[in-house]
Amino acid sequence: MHSDAAEIRKSVRTYMLVGAALLVFTGITVGANQFHFGVPVAVTVALIIATMKGSMVASIFMHLSHEKKWIYGALLLTVLGFLILMTVPIFTTMDTIGQHVPAIGGAAAAEHPGH
Amino acid sequence: MNIPYTVEERPDTGLTNGKLGIWLFLASEVMLFGALFSTYIILRTGAPEWPHGELNVVLGAINTVILISSSVTMVMAWASLKLKDWAKHRLYLIATFVLAGVFLVNKYFEYKDHFDKGETPAHSTFTAIYFTLTGLHGLHILGGMVVMLYFLGPGTKLWKKNPDQFTNRVEYTGLYWHFVDLVWIFLFPILYLL
Repeated sequence: MHSDAAEIRKSVRTYMLVGAALLVFTGITVGANQFHFGVPVAVTVALIIATMKGSMVASIFMHLSHEKKWIYGALLLTVLGFLILMTVPIFTTMDTIGQHVPAIGGAAAAEHPGH
Repeated sequence: MNIPYTVEERPDTGLTNGKLGIWLFLASEVMLFGALFSTYIILRTGAPEWPHGELNVVLGAINTVILISSSVTMVMAWASLKLKDWAKHRLYLIATFVLAGVFLVNKYFEYKDHFDKGETPAHSTFTAIYFTLTGLHGLHILGGMVVMLYFLGPGTKLWKKNPDQFTNRVEYTGLYWHFVDLVWIFLFPILYLL
């Protein structure tokens, strides 16, 4: 964390510039939405812009661009946990609950249930 | 008894206890919102159709601008303390508090409009996840406002007693506030635009 007054004054300019850039990116996000891309393109564009904005907030406003290794360590674990959470939806497509399971013996067994 | 390492950094971590504490808290917050984002993906990919254009994009965009502006004023409130400019700090902190209030007022009108149209959380899967995500985010805004109010009121006594500790506390509040802004940056496109 910088403590020198001159450093802080320099940072203030950066905060203002990043704030302005974030507002511009918000405008681009809304503007891009007017083009009615297909769903995959729209999702990709919106998430890329949101990730860029999020990175700016985290690195400049939250000072992550120059933090101590303990913070990075904690964040690494967080990212790992977050990625696990994001993969949970994939597992939901792998269950077989509600799906038809054919009987053993196939159609013949179904036609002659007594045998 | 004095709380240790509020101003000076711990030799082993190189951080103040408060700084490490707030980051661990934010890590738990990522998990909380992450679980809900994951739920959103499951609900959306599993739904045969998903409503589009039901939310007021203009109001959502205005709220995004408000939160981004409040992040700038919050970081400026901290920077002013570093520059020992108390008057500017107060001005920026009040501005952040007001912007947070305006965000919630906008949200109130948005919610009221939905309820008037019968779009309660029980109306559809979309409204259920919409109210859950934005409601939880709104509660975080409210929590941040309570902390800011404390630093505008009784918390100011610490500035006279220990200015460095007060500055650090405002920094931790700022970290929380930027996180709340960051969550909204993702909520806005996934709920309002996609």
